[in-house]
Amino acid sequence: MDNLPPTPDRSNADTVVELHDAVAVLGQFPALAGASVTVRRGEIVLLRGPNGAGKTTLLRLCAGLVPLVRGSGHILGLNLATQRDSVRQNVGLLGHQNGLYFDLTVGENIEFWGSTVGATEAEINAAMERLGVAERLSDLSVRKLSAGQKRRTALACLVVRRAQLWLLDEPHAGLDAVARDELDVTLREAAASGATIIVASHELERAGSLSTRAVDVVAGQIHGGQL
Amino acid sequence: MTTIDKAPTVQRRSAGTGTPATRILGIITIVSMVWLVAFGLGFSPADRDQEEAVRIMYVHVPTIWIAYLAFVVTAVASGLYLFGRKKSLGWDRLAGASAEIGTTFVAMTLVVGALWGRLTWGVFWQWDARLTTTALLFVTYVGYLAVRRLGGSHEQRARRSAVIGLLAVLLLPLVHWSVRLWRSLHQEATVLDTDGDIDMDGLMLFSLFVGVVAFTLFYIWLVLHRTRVMAMEDMMEDHGLDEALAARRREAATLNGEEN
Amino acid sequence: MSSWRIARIVAAKDLRIEVHSRVLTNQVLPFAGVTMVIFAFALDADSVLERVAPGLIWLATMFSLLVLVQRSFAIETDDGALDAMRVAGLDPRAIYLGKAMALAVELLVLEVVLLFTAIILYRQTIPLNGVVLLVTTLLTATCGLAAVGTLYGGLASGFKGRETLLPLLTLPAVAPVLIGATRAVESALGTAGAVVSDGWSWVGLLAVFAVTFGVGGSLAFGPLIDE
Repeated sequence: MDNLPPTPDRSNADTVVELHDAVAVLGQFPALAGASVTVRRGEIVLLRGPNGAGKTTLLRLCAGLVPLVRGSGHILGLNLATQRDSVRQNVGLLGHQNGLYFDLTVGENIEFWGSTVGATEAEINAAMERLGVAERLSDLSVRKLSAGQKRRTALACLVVRRAQLWLLDEPHAGLDAVARDELDVTLREAAASGATIIVASHELERAGSLSTRAVDVVAGQIHGGQL
Repeated sequence: MTTIDKAPTVQRRSAGTGTPATRILGIITIVSMVWLVAFGLGFSPADRDQEEAVRIMYVHVPTIWIAYLAFVVTAVASGLYLFGRKKSLGWDRLAGASAEIGTTFVAMTLVVGALWGRLTWGVFWQWDARLTTTALLFVTYVGYLAVRRLGGSHEQRARRSAVIGLLAVLLLPLVHWSVRLWRSLHQEATVLDTDGDIDMDGLMLFSLFVGVVAFTLFYIWLVLHRTRVMAMEDMMEDHGLDEALAARRREAATLNGEEN
Repeated sequence: MSSWRIARIVAAKDLRIEVHSRVLTNQVLPFAGVTMVIFAFALDADSVLERVAPGLIWLATMFSLLVLVQRSFAIETDDGALDAMRVAGLDPRAIYLGKAMALAVELLVLEVVLLFTAIILYRQTIPLNGVVLLVTTLLTATCGLAAVGTLYGGLASGFKGRETLLPLLTLPAVAPVLIGATRAVESALGTAGAVVSDGWSWVGLLAVFAVTFGVGGSLAFGPLIDE
C-alpha cells in the first residue's frame, strides 16, 4: 500500500503559511516566542514537541484566533496582523474540542456547517460518506458518539466548509489504532485534493507514514521550519 | 516585514508620576479648595430653610458634575481609541482612569447626598428621578470597571472596554428617559427635592462656582496621575513580557543545546 | 452567503437544539413558575400581589433571562462551537442576530406562560381593549431583552466568573425595559386605575431601546467575543 502522499509540485507551489519571529501570548505568557515557519500547499506538516511548547498556540495563531503580538505572519497570502477575518474563512481548526453541538445529531451538525457556506445536499452527503459518518451514525445524537466518531464528525464539518488549510491539534488523541489509521487515510486524501495540513501530535511513529515534513516546536520557537 | 510596536518607553525625571506641570496644577487645586472652604463654610450665607445644612451642596453638586464630566471623557476617549487612525493605548488609559475617578465620585455623591437628605428631610434615600438615575449610573460603571479587569493583552482590554464604554453612553439616555417618565407619574418628587427650593443668592452661586472649579482642577490632577500610573503598569507588564520572552528563548536554547 | 441568511441558520440551529434538549420547557419554565410562587410567600397579601403583578411578571422574566442567556452560550462553549464559528469566519453580526432571534422566541414563550401564571396566581384579568397594547409590549420588550442578553452573554461566555459578570452587566442595562414594560402592562391590564392610552408612550421607549441595543449589539458583538 502506498503510504507516501504525492509530492507537492514545488515549481508552482503557493506558500500557504509564512511566519517570521511571531510572538503570541496566552494572558501574559509568551506561548510563541519568535516562531518562524514556511509551509507550502499540499504539504502535511507534523508539529512535534513537548507539552507547553506552544503547538496549540501556533495552530490558533494560524487560524486567526489569537492575535499576533510581534513579528509578521501570512496565511494564504493574507496578513495575520490586518486581515484576520479573511484568514479565518479559509482555514479549519480542529482543536482539543470538536466544535460540535451535543444536542444535535451528526447529520444536523454537518448540515449546519454546510449551510453556512451554501453547500449542496450532495456535498454534505459526500463529506459524510468520506468520513464514514453517513447512514447509521448520521441520526445519532453527538452525545452518544465515541471520541473517534466525534472527531470524524468534526472533520466532516471541516471538509464541507471547503477549508484550504487544516490545522489539527492532537487529532489522534483518544482514538484507537483502527480509528487512527482511518484518520491518516482521510488526511492524506485531503492533502491529495489540495488541502494543506498542519498536525500537532505526540505520535512520533506517524511522522514517516503520514507527513511530508516534521518540525519541532520547543519553548515557543520552531526548528526546521524553513524550507 | 510588518512589526508591531513595543510599548513606548516613557522618560521621567523622577521616580514618581509628578512633573512640574502637575505640581503647579496641584498647588492651584489646593488653593481653590481653600477658597471653597472659605466661601462654602464662611462667607456664603446659610439658607433660609435648611440653615447650615445647605453648605453640603458646595461639595455634593461638584462631585456629580465631575462624575458626568469623567464619563463623557471616558466615552470620548473610548471612541477615539476604537475609531482613531492610530489605536493609541493612551486613549484607553485615559478612558479607564476617568471612569475610575468618575465612579468614585458618583459613590461620593450618593453618600453625601444621603447624609444631606437625612439632615434636611429625615430620609437617606428616595426614589426620585435624579437619585435613581445616579444609582443606575453607579452600577453601570462598576460593570465597566469589572470588564476592564477581565485580563488579556493591552489591546484586548482596550477594545473590550472601549466597546462597553460606548454602550454605557448609549444606555444612559435611555435610563434617564425611562426613570424621568416613571417618576413623573408620582407627583411628590418636588416636595422632597433637596436643593429644589433653595433660594440661591449671588454669594451662594459664586461659592458653588468655586466648588465646581476646584473639583474640576482636582479631577484633572487625578486623571493625569492615574493615567501615568496606568502607563507605568502597562510598561511593567510589557517589560514582564520582554523578560518572559527572553526567559523562554533561553529555555529553548538550553533544550537545543541538550539535544545537540 | 448573506449575513441575514447565516443569522437565520444560526437561529434555526439554536431552536433545534432547544427542541432536542427541552431545557426551556423542562427547566426554565418551571424555574420561572416557582419564582412566581415564592413571590407570594414574600409578599404576603393578595391585594399587594394583585397590585404588583405586572412587576412580578417582568422580574421573573429578568431572572429567567439570565438563565436562558447562560444556556444559550453554554451550548457554544461546551465543545468550542463559538470558537469554531469564529474560526470559520462567520460574520459576528450574523451570529449575534441569529442567537438573539432564537433567544427572543424563547423569551416570548416564557412571557406568555408567566402571563397566564399571573392570571391564575395573582388574579389578573386582561380587558379586551388592552390586548393590542399587551401584545405590542411583549414583542418590543422581548426584542430589547434579547439584544442586551445576547450581547453581554457573548462577552461573559469567554471568562471565568461569567455567572456573576453576566447579571452585573445585564440587570442595570435592562432597567429601562423593566420600568417601561411594567408600566405598559399595568396600563394594558388596568392595574391601579392605569389607562391603556398611557401605555403607548412606554412602548415607544421600549421600541427605541430595542432598536438601539439591536444595532449597537450587532456592532459590538464581534469585538467583544474576539481575542
